[in-house]
Amino acid sequence: MEAILEMKSITKEFPGVLANDNVNLDLKKGEVHALVGENGAGKSTLMSVLFGIYQPTKGKIFYKGEELKIDGPNDAIDLGIGMVHQHFMLVHTLTVAENIILGSEPSDKGRLKLSNAIDKIKSLSDEYGLNVNPNAKIKDIPVGMQQRVEILKALYRDAEVLILDEPTAVLTPQEVKGLYKIMDTLTEQGKSIIFITHKLKEVLTVSDRITVLRKGKSIGTVNTTDTSETQLAEMMVGRKVILKVEKKPANFGSIKVEVKDLKVSNTRGMLALDNVSFDIREGEILGVAGVEGNGQTELVEVLTGLRKADSGLFKLEGQKLLNQSARKIKEAKVAHVPEDRHKHGLVLDYSIEDNLILGYHYKKPFAKGINLDFNSMAEHAERLIPDYDIRPRNKEILARSLSGGNQQKIIIAREFDMGPEFLIASQPTRGVDIGAIEFIHKRIVEQRDQGKAVLLVSAELSEIMSLSDRIAVMYEGRIVDILDASEATEEKLGLLMAGSTVKSEE
Amino acid sequence: MEIFQQIFNLETFSSTLRMAIPLMVAAIGGMFSERSGVVNIALEGMMLAGAFVAVVASYFTGSAWLGLLAAVIFGGLFALIHAVVSIRYHADQVVSGVALNLLAAGGTVFLLNILFNTSGTSPSVNALPYWGPFKPTVYLGLLIVLISHYVLFYTPFGLRVRAVGEHPHAADSVGIDVEKIRYVCVILSGMLAGFAGAHLSIGVLSIFREGMTAGRGFIALAALIFGKWYPFGAMGASLLFGFFQAIEIRLQGIEAIGIPAEFIQTIPYILTIIALAGVIGRATPPAASGEPFEKGKR
Amino acid sequence: MAEDINFKNLLKEISIPLLAILSSFIIGALIVMASGYDPIATYSALLQGAFGGLNSIADTLLAATPLIFTGLAVAFAFRCGLFNIGGEGQLLVGGLTAAWVGTFKGIPMIIHLPLTLVAAMIAGALWVAIPAILKAKLGVHEVITTIMFNYISYSLVAYFSLKVLANPGSIQTPDIEPSAYLWRLSNVLDIHSYFNIGFLIGLIVLFVIYYLLWKTTIGYEIRAVGISPDAAEYGGISAAKNIILAMLISGALAGLGGAERAMGLFHNYRNGFSAEYGFTGIAVALLGRNHPLGVLFAALLFGALFNGQDYMNMLAGVPVDLVTILQAVIILFVAADLLFRRVLALKPEGRKGE
Repeated sequence: MEAILEMKSITKEFPGVLANDNVNLDLKKGEVHALVGENGAGKSTLMSVLFGIYQPTKGKIFYKGEELKIDGPNDAIDLGIGMVHQHFMLVHTLTVAENIILGSEPSDKGRLKLSNAIDKIKSLSDEYGLNVNPNAKIKDIPVGMQQRVEILKALYRDAEVLILDEPTAVLTPQEVKGLYKIMDTLTEQGKSIIFITHKLKEVLTVSDRITVLRKGKSIGTVNTTDTSETQLAEMMVGRKVILKVEKKPANFGSIKVEVKDLKVSNTRGMLALDNVSFDIREGEILGVAGVEGNGQTELVEVLTGLRKADSGLFKLEGQKLLNQSARKIKEAKVAHVPEDRHKHGLVLDYSIEDNLILGYHYKKPFAKGINLDFNSMAEHAERLIPDYDIRPRNKEILARSLSGGNQQKIIIAREFDMGPEFLIASQPTRGVDIGAIEFIHKRIVEQRDQGKAVLLVSAELSEIMSLSDRIAVMYEGRIVDILDASEATEEKLGLLMAGSTVKSEE
Repeated sequence: MEIFQQIFNLETFSSTLRMAIPLMVAAIGGMFSERSGVVNIALEGMMLAGAFVAVVASYFTGSAWLGLLAAVIFGGLFALIHAVVSIRYHADQVVSGVALNLLAAGGTVFLLNILFNTSGTSPSVNALPYWGPFKPTVYLGLLIVLISHYVLFYTPFGLRVRAVGEHPHAADSVGIDVEKIRYVCVILSGMLAGFAGAHLSIGVLSIFREGMTAGRGFIALAALIFGKWYPFGAMGASLLFGFFQAIEIRLQGIEAIGIPAEFIQTIPYILTIIALAGVIGRATPPAASGEPFEKGKR
Repeated sequence: MAEDINFKNLLKEISIPLLAILSSFIIGALIVMASGYDPIATYSALLQGAFGGLNSIADTLLAATPLIFTGLAVAFAFRCGLFNIGGEGQLLVGGLTAAWVGTFKGIPMIIHLPLTLVAAMIAGALWVAIPAILKAKLGVHEVITTIMFNYISYSLVAYFSLKVLANPGSIQTPDIEPSAYLWRLSNVLDIHSYFNIGFLIGLIVLFVIYYLLWKTTIGYEIRAVGISPDAAEYGGISAAKNIILAMLISGALAGLGGAERAMGLFHNYRNGFSAEYGFTGIAVALLGRNHPLGVLFAALLFGALFNGQDYMNMLAGVPVDLVTILQAVIILFVAADLLFRRVLALKPEGRKGE
């Protein structure tokens, strides 16, 4: 097979960061080439260079044998390079067709003419099995279809090379299979695909070759058939990675947390939470699996007092906590590691020291009446920073300047140190480097071993499966089933996440 | 009942229209700006500046039409300041708006002094002629509303404006120059606000008076929000506010009701507040409104 | 807890307002020249008017006094992420209230003076209460509502002062009782200026606000809501409660500014009570980077400009509105944050650490 695209010695520098360091990548016509690496390895940057969003500091790009300069997305699109972004670039208030033609709008004497475009969209949609309605507004169609609109955007512009950036993050395992089928059709028709991901299992399923990036450098390109998950993980991280967390055997106590029949309606009048019920015992981690957007966020918000439930029951050691204020719930010793640390867990322009008392700032020892007690605050920070390995070790630094992993550690330090009885951790290792992930997992298990109740919500199945004692699966606001961790397989969970019920005999 | 007749008659209708025009044209200007993602609370200052420039130009050239043209051009230039400061230099858009209002307020009085040696009121100038019962600015204003509706919803430019205001990164990812669109829209808002100001100074009257816009720029903003950022919505809201402004004058003449004139003066402002309070919850501005666009930021 | 940044950063943060001032003066000079006047004569007349002699200095401090209050009002609201543009109206309402309560007879000064001050503060707070509640409960943008209340206050205060409180035929309200006077320096020194202890009260208030914002849980919460309402909510901090609290305090501060005018300067309420103190307060807050110390210096600067402008007009012939223009340009430059940060090669504010 001929190489349709070659990126040679690409280097991209930002102030203070070498995002891409002499990276080589070649793409053969009709292949699916996976680009893997951790967060911050440089995958997105490399593709942004290809797509013309950035200009490389050094290096050349060859397309169909010719050296090129790609000055912007328009150039890339004209050449036939299409990008399906991880975070969809769709305008919600406009229709599918309007989104697809945006930037190259067909017009007749100044007036928008959509009819031809709509026809072309319909025929492309049929040809590739995309099943998209051109006249629907983006905000009204489901996420899976939105992604297909993104693919259509590229195909509409006659893309020959498609870059898919973390496409499966928002799909159920079944929708992922659907995507794989579409990718097959595309490559059969001669399109070439670059598939960016950090999920090793997918890579092994779908790709022909794999290039691994680590800290901006290319570690190597391998044929998929020649490699394994372990080898890839090692290449990604640079050392042997233990993919499982060590856990003491379970020692459950009595029921600590009771949740019954939680009902929450969302702004569209539909049920975000539909009679959700579960219990958690002392010393137990209950994992909540599910594709994002199936009610997990709302569940955590209700349990932490950030959202009102319409009805239901929530008790911690017999104390009724439903619809109490966030402050009361905190006082009842419920700790919350939020899923969006920038939005919720930290005041980014406060120092580490100030953030370490957030939510507890009005009580002793941090305050006497309305006066802040700076000595206590300093002691607190100086104890927690080394304990939880927060770097840099300076309590005055603003939280904003820390890495994602260290920011997360501030939150964990604060919440864990308060001695919670019930810990709610939502996507606790998202965007966190592997070293910090191990640390955070250890701490969560520690809480469990101390007899606390832990609710772990995560979109990473591997995290759920390795940490949880039992696993609940959420789909469309309901708990579809709760499995013992020992019985849970990826396949079973995948089916549940997509809404089917599992008969263990099958 | 007599009061009823005093209020709902032909004269009131024409007053309403006259009062509504500056509101609706300025509101449309604000619409383009906000739809593209740039908050513009300087409509007041741009209107005032336009009113002033119209009088100055009319004074020196003897032509009210040139005055109108000058107001439109200068309004655009004045808005360019807001555009540059907000778009290029990422200033807080509300603060920039406040600064421009101050600049207009101080600048107009300053120049009033320098040019005409008065403080408060300019000399009388040639005003726009009547075209039938109304001044040209009234007809042109209505035309502007129609054209704006067409542009926003039936042209590629309008589509891009709407995209840029809702999801600038999406627009950027298909090669649209987000900053350029925003510049155009902000300048347009200044031009339209300038037009609105000219209607006040050389349309309705034939002079410039210090502070003559008296908060209309803000009422226009309220009309825009009330009209949910749609041209015809803004027009409807403007007519409503214009109506209340028209009868305020009428009611003042009927002090027999016993309400002090000063209380009646407050009606438009109170109405605006009520409109804002009532409308919120259903009205959502363009999603990217007020945030500077940074390329490459996810 | 580190209330501020270390010294190097502090220097960098100050340099932006300084550059803004410098730039605006240069532009002012250009405008002055274009209008046919001499910039050097203009600025030196301005300087002389502001600081030439004991009386001038006293008058400069007197002019700065209301700006301390209105500047603090705006700055405090900004700390909670709020734009209180209604300082003008709150000052008028507070001033009128003080002028009214000040006329109560037969109350000893030890009670009357603080009573009048408190009444003005309450009036200012009440005047901003509706915009505050609308914002806290319904999310209505406070910029427009506070501006609307300004316009409402012009009419209502004019009515109540002229048609209710004032004696028929008079254009000002009756003079307040001496028990409500703010003591004037001219009582002991031979100066004409009406400079009074309102300035001292301003300094005390500056300190109180500083303490409130950085040394108390109240300030911790208000600033958290201002920086990140979501994080604050997560931390059990009620955004609504703090928004209302911040706005009320802000209104009270502006009202207090009106009280000084009524009790120290005019001894009544009259037409032309406020020389745009509310709006200048916005410039003061911005220039002072919303910090009490910055507000003090900015207030002094603008007080100097305001005091000197008449002398400038008299000596160099330049219309006083030049000062308004200078103000506006200063705001623009301070607002164009990025412009100066690029020039000074500072890291842009608000960028996530990479």
